[in-house]
Amino acid sequence: MSRTLFAKVWDAHIVEQLPEGPALLYVDLHLVHEVTSPQAFEGLRRAGRQVRRPALTVATVDHNVPTGERRAPITDPIAARQLDALAANAAEFGLELFDLESPQQGIVHVIGPELGLTQPGMVIVCGDSHTATHGAFGALALGIGTSEVEHVLATQCLVCARPATMEAHVTGSLADGVTAKDLILALIGRIGTAGATGHVIEYTGTAIRALSMEERMTVCNMSIEGGARAGMIAPDDTTFAYLAGRPRAPRGAAWERVVARWRELGTDPGASYDKRVDLDASGVEPQVTWGTSPGMVTPVTGRVPSPGDFPTEAERRAVARALEYMGLAPGTSLEGLPVDRVFLGSCTNARIEDLRAAARVVRGDGRRHVAPGVRAMVVPGSQQVKAQAEREGLDRVFLEAGFEWRNSGCSMCLGMNADMLQSGERCASTSNRNFEGRQGRGGRTHLMSPPMAAAAALAGRIVDIRSWAPAAS
Amino acid sequence: MMEPYVRHTGRLAALPRANVDTDQIVPKQFLKRVERTGFGPALFHDWRFRADGSLDPEFELNVPAARGASILLTLENFGCGSSREHAVWALREYGFRAILAPSFADIFFANCCQNGLVPVRLLAQEIAELFRRHRAAGGEYRLTVDLEEQRVDDGLGFRTAFAMEPYRREMLLSGLDEIGRTLLAEDRIRAYERTRGGGRGRRKGDRW
Repeated sequence: MSRTLFAKVWDAHIVEQLPEGPALLYVDLHLVHEVTSPQAFEGLRRAGRQVRRPALTVATVDHNVPTGERRAPITDPIAARQLDALAANAAEFGLELFDLESPQQGIVHVIGPELGLTQPGMVIVCGDSHTATHGAFGALALGIGTSEVEHVLATQCLVCARPATMEAHVTGSLADGVTAKDLILALIGRIGTAGATGHVIEYTGTAIRALSMEERMTVCNMSIEGGARAGMIAPDDTTFAYLAGRPRAPRGAAWERVVARWRELGTDPGASYDKRVDLDASGVEPQVTWGTSPGMVTPVTGRVPSPGDFPTEAERRAVARALEYMGLAPGTSLEGLPVDRVFLGSCTNARIEDLRAAARVVRGDGRRHVAPGVRAMVVPGSQQVKAQAEREGLDRVFLEAGFEWRNSGCSMCLGMNADMLQSGERCASTSNRNFEGRQGRGGRTHLMSPPMAAAAALAGRIVDIRSWAPAAS
Repeated sequence: MMEPYVRHTGRLAALPRANVDTDQIVPKQFLKRVERTGFGPALFHDWRFRADGSLDPEFELNVPAARGASILLTLENFGCGSSREHAVWALREYGFRAILAPSFADIFFANCCQNGLVPVRLLAQEIAELFRRHRAAGGEYRLTVDLEEQRVDDGLGFRTAFAMEPYRREMLLSGLDEIGRTLLAEDRIRAYERTRGGGRGRRKGDRW
């Protein structure tokens, strides 16, 4: 029988089909971070339970770590307590931990792939909704809650009802200045933030095949913003080339064997999905969000809509509220909107290719500088990304242009550490959520691609990267 | 062990907003606790309280009729965004036992079921009718959400059935320890592990 990529991974991980519906699914890799795990470990302790497979569990600190000087003591005592708790739990239960001292520390969804922990055909879970990122390798990667984290720690299994499938078929090719971020934002704009609820999206088509692994991660990362349970892309030579030689990837004969198996993972001809959406990548323009949900998005050439443009009362109310929060009037052109802050970072867009793309915009003719009054920060996705960027001299490019160059972490994507917007500040951000208060109470977030955010920093306003020509300073 | 849920009768609070994300339910500044408790005051913090810390009388949960509410009526895609279970802990601690909406985000839905908070999906027109009745009653409106019978009833003529996956229903009705239950399948887990070989990335028996 013809099966989808999802079905192959799902079927291969069923430990037991529970009579009442869900399956007991085996987990190959459990990623753990400091914010959603302490209560799970506490639950284990209270019940006298152990971590069933410590070797399949990897922990790092990312959500609330400071991104400034690493040797300085952490000034937030509550954050420090949470970081200490993870260190103590990792030691007690025998888990590998990439802590602040580690050169491999970074955002959990950046370091998994980077270390080669993330591999095709795996079931991967993490107490974080952006776990979908790992689906770029053809893994089934599910974000879970803390009770489920505890369940996986204790049993190495997850109880999960079989989701439906959705094919996002993307043809054509991205135009110059248009990125994977624009592609996924355009798709979310099309299907809405609940368009894929209950579904696993498989991204297919020539435009997806043409993406690098890091671009595929950007696409899969934001699957949750369309409501999806997970996003997946079938592994291919691009995937294998990325993984070959990574520290935790198999080597030698084992590598050859595993690649042969991974090649069989792709969806069989004739397999069907429960839902389908088509998108022509050639028609996608650089995207910018205007509201307080990732689905509130438009091409940079567009204007802020009016509540009256929407069919239902609930939508009209939501749009009116979003515009009030964002301090925007209907009909305002997004291009030209002044920004106070720029954030280049997050599990969506803080990998080396993102930093290179942003640096290319900054480097330009070599005399560009962050606009007066704008504060711009670059937060690499991991310490390894940071080190690589420094080897390439990207840190100098950013620093000389007036950007802050920081240590890795989730940082201002969710503002759990000191990196936050002040009320009323408008931010061009490469992160994934423009929810009210996400980057700081009263902060106004516009999601966009790394080159668009870099250009916004230099121009001091949102610009169309395709036509922007900075004035020589 | 979570508190079992069989049926609950209580006051309804109406939050007519769609796509309420978990960042609103519990803003990130409250995620640093290492306990499961203490999140009640954080619930909808940035909506409930103004920047100066005073209660915002305009916010739906702050109106006098919503005081003591234990059932939340809201719109589609409730609980979207971050997977933070803290959102559910906060709703429970504040006093909610059930949420009625046309749809929920997947992770949030699962988190509710782990904590004895019953997420009830009703048809959009049923939700609209409940908003109407709540408004007509001046906010003084009570309902029974019966999980055993899978029914919502206001005792005044609104009566409807709802669906709940049997596994989730059983878990909620009994306050089941899901881990304990899974560990009963230890032999199956062991057998599965034997077919898969040893460590990470070196699996023998992938059968796709």
